[in-house]
Amino acid sequence: MVKRLGALLLLLAIGGIFTSLLVGYVPDTELNDTARYYAYHTAADIGSANIVTAIVITYRGLDTLGEVTVLFLAAAILGLVLARGRRQAQARRALTPVGELLTTGSRVLVPLIMLLGVYVFINGHLTPGGGFQGGAVIASGVLLLLLAGPRKPFAHSLIAAVESLAGVFYVVIGLMGLVLAGGFLDSRVLPLGVLGALFSAGTIPIIYTLIGLKVGAEFSVMLSDLAETEELG
Amino acid sequence: MSLLLTAMTFVLCIAMIVAALVSILGRSLPIAILAAGLVSLVASVLFVILASPDVAMTEAAIGSGLSTFLFFFVLGRVRGGERDGEDESGSEHG
Repeated sequence: MVKRLGALLLLLAIGGIFTSLLVGYVPDTELNDTARYYAYHTAADIGSANIVTAIVITYRGLDTLGEVTVLFLAAAILGLVLARGRRQAQARRALTPVGELLTTGSRVLVPLIMLLGVYVFINGHLTPGGGFQGGAVIASGVLLLLLAGPRKPFAHSLIAAVESLAGVFYVVIGLMGLVLAGGFLDSRVLPLGVLGALFSAGTIPIIYTLIGLKVGAEFSVMLSDLAETEELG
Repeated sequence: MSLLLTAMTFVLCIAMIVAALVSILGRSLPIAILAAGLVSLVASVLFVILASPDVAMTEAAIGSGLSTFLFFFVLGRVRGGERDGEDESGSEHG
């Protein structure tokens, strides 16, 4: 009873805080200083049509490197925790057979899903989306493959190579920015090009492609780790 | 924001709260996982209405897509564990 009363009081307090925030909320009529700088200077500085991408990759590039590292650590730790189970999974029990609908559907859909993922991260500097979103879309294609063919061997070494090489090249391009342009992860190593063209905005398309491959590989490894140890049951 | 968008936002917010309640209070775990995925899906539509398509794409792909399936994989593992436990207790009795 006391516990419930405490929880209720806590809920009321949090609700009160949020209500006061909502009541005092006045929408900004103009951009604040930081946002105004980004809105007016991105096209000339970075040459990226999507301002969000310019912020994520160039202005706040170090944060993105940190995010990719966190994701890598999560995938590595998950693999470490589940490694014991995978060795025992050698003696596999019979699975229920995969339905014809799922097999045929995955044959049609997986190439389209992969294509969409690649489109999203290659056009990250032009349209909404980018490396993380495209990588997640690619991983959902891999998930469909895992569901349709649980017995098929998963190319762990290939995925690990893609993941590591993408990470290494990402850092190398960042270091090139240190030498050839304004600083670490500065995208102006390559010419900025025409605003809105596919090959524009310096190294942003290359970096987003690498991030897309890396994120897709990391999510795929996580999903395949879980799918392979699931058979332990 | 036009009246139609405001009305749509309210409907989506109510749907989100209902889905969250189903996810917390529901008895069946698979339905709870699906309801949690629905919360993310509605949130991604709300992000589009709030003019942030980048966040919406991340939320739709990771929040409602991949994490839902991660939960299902983990549910499969946990269920297997439960069944093993029941089998062991059964063999002790028998």
